[in-house]
Amino acid sequence: MDQSTKLKLKKLANNVRQGIIEAVYNAKCGHPGGSLSIADILTYLYFAEMNVDPNNPKDEGRDRFVLSKGHTAPGLYSTLAERGFFPKEELKTLRKTASRLQGHPDMKGVPGVDMSTGSLGLGFSTACGMALSAKVSGDSYRVYSILGDGESEEGQVWEAAMFASHYKLDNLVAILDLNGLQIDGPITDVMNPTPHDEKFRAFGWHVITIDAHDFDSIEAAFLEARAVKGKPTVIIAKSVKGKGVSYMENSCEWHGQAPKEDLYLVAVADLKKIEDELK
Amino acid sequence: MADKKATRESYGRALAELGEKYDFLVLDADLAAATKTGMFKKKFPERFFDCGIAEGNMMCVAAGIAATGKKVFASSFAMFAAGRAFEQVRNAIGYPHLNVKIGATHAGITVGEDGATHQCNEDIALMRTIPGMTVICPADATEAYAAVEAAINTDGPMYLRFGRYAVPDLTPELIPDYKFEIGKGVCYREGKDVTLVATGYMVHLAIEAADMLKEEGIDAGVINIHTVKPIDKDIIVRAAKQSGALVTAEEHSVIGGLGSAVAETVAESCPVPVLRVGVEDSYGRSGQVPELLEIYGLTAKNIYEKAKAAISLKR
Repeated sequence: MDQSTKLKLKKLANNVRQGIIEAVYNAKCGHPGGSLSIADILTYLYFAEMNVDPNNPKDEGRDRFVLSKGHTAPGLYSTLAERGFFPKEELKTLRKTASRLQGHPDMKGVPGVDMSTGSLGLGFSTACGMALSAKVSGDSYRVYSILGDGESEEGQVWEAAMFASHYKLDNLVAILDLNGLQIDGPITDVMNPTPHDEKFRAFGWHVITIDAHDFDSIEAAFLEARAVKGKPTVIIAKSVKGKGVSYMENSCEWHGQAPKEDLYLVAVADLKKIEDELK
Repeated sequence: MADKKATRESYGRALAELGEKYDFLVLDADLAAATKTGMFKKKFPERFFDCGIAEGNMMCVAAGIAATGKKVFASSFAMFAAGRAFEQVRNAIGYPHLNVKIGATHAGITVGEDGATHQCNEDIALMRTIPGMTVICPADATEAYAAVEAAINTDGPMYLRFGRYAVPDLTPELIPDYKFEIGKGVCYREGKDVTLVATGYMVHLAIEAADMLKEEGIDAGVINIHTVKPIDKDIIVRAAKQSGALVTAEEHSVIGGLGSAVAETVAESCPVPVLRVGVEDSYGRSGQVPELLEIYGLTAKNIYEKAKAAISLKR
């Protein structure tokens, strides 16, 4: 990846993170940790990988995205707003009764949201349905879905994994956000779902493991996935939960709560510092 | 006497025949031979996808297909379609209001020998609580076929309930030019003393019960409610006003199904006695279907007795 593209993506990802903090702070609740951990992947998807048009969000030929870990809606909303699907100012309405930005993504209300998700495990299966549909009609669009590592404890994830390889859905790319933490603690303490790479390989998937915050690795992984034929690809993205906000990094505590004013200001300062460094 | 056919047979035949006229996909969860989607699979293998024994995944795959604009049926036994996959149906199909048709066979006690784990008497109740979900329970083979075609031509999530056991195909005799309309009850006869309101397998038994009552000089109306949701309020309220007492009959729990829907309807607009025939708060068991129908009171005789009891409750 050339330096100017990388710098541009880094700046966009930082904007996405700032949007996440604004949304969650104004909502006084929500899920910042897992939103911040996927911000770089989301940025790459919406600004470099996927064929989408904010002015025609229902275009039949568009690539599809399903946020299977639907609780990290602030990450998706902030990315969609950054990409121009709706005004960034609207992020402050997150989780409020008059807002279309529901606590979990609602495909009926929000431009750019391709599937309503929130109940873990379900979104991944719907992504399989979309990918199968494209195969049936010979459409060339691709389908992307981000899963949580805690989510992989759901049995349905493995039903879907079986289905995708059985039907050779090479137009499907799953991204597993391996930040290692879930609500009750480290994933390996709560209910160890590892090793993900060996499991997915055993289920017939092409597996790529990357650093979720390194755009060179992210680009290489998505390019590799495009070249894989006859099987689906999973990108196991080793990430830092809360990435970018000092006190949220690697902390379970910030899975599902909003910062109060003092810590909000710290988060704003942390991200402002990154913004300045990227200038 | 009318031919006896299971509504699941009609479901399979309708998919296979209508597959020529309409573009849709069919999913099943390793039960194609039993749900009769196998008839479609044989004819249109490229439009049929077995999801294996994973009903939760199947419902969400159907949702994903529907989200890309294709019509799709997802089939399994009622127990697994409405029961096992309830949450997937609710969150991935119902909430986004996607155009998925759930073809659920082997509903109710007439599953027979397989017993309680496979006899789903709760599916109407479960599906009826999902906002925007249409719930259809055809009475016979002719109506089941027509329901499938109506489902193909109607947008939105829909639960279609079919039975394993053969039931007399009365519709062609009763209404030769029958036209199925979602949400519209079918009045076979009007009555001034009591009205029997039935769905699915119980419809032909309600007609039999009305004949028994007639012999005693009791004028009983008979209504077939094939669409339990949205329920035809007009036809029910009209019957309540006309006859002053209702008896509901369904091959389903008395809790939450047709009986509840009818009682809710009249309680809010025209209160009259409503007695319910159905599976009382209990599980099924193994046995031959005729024996089971007797044990669980799913008989014309029980409808007849409940009708007399309902009349005695009239003020």
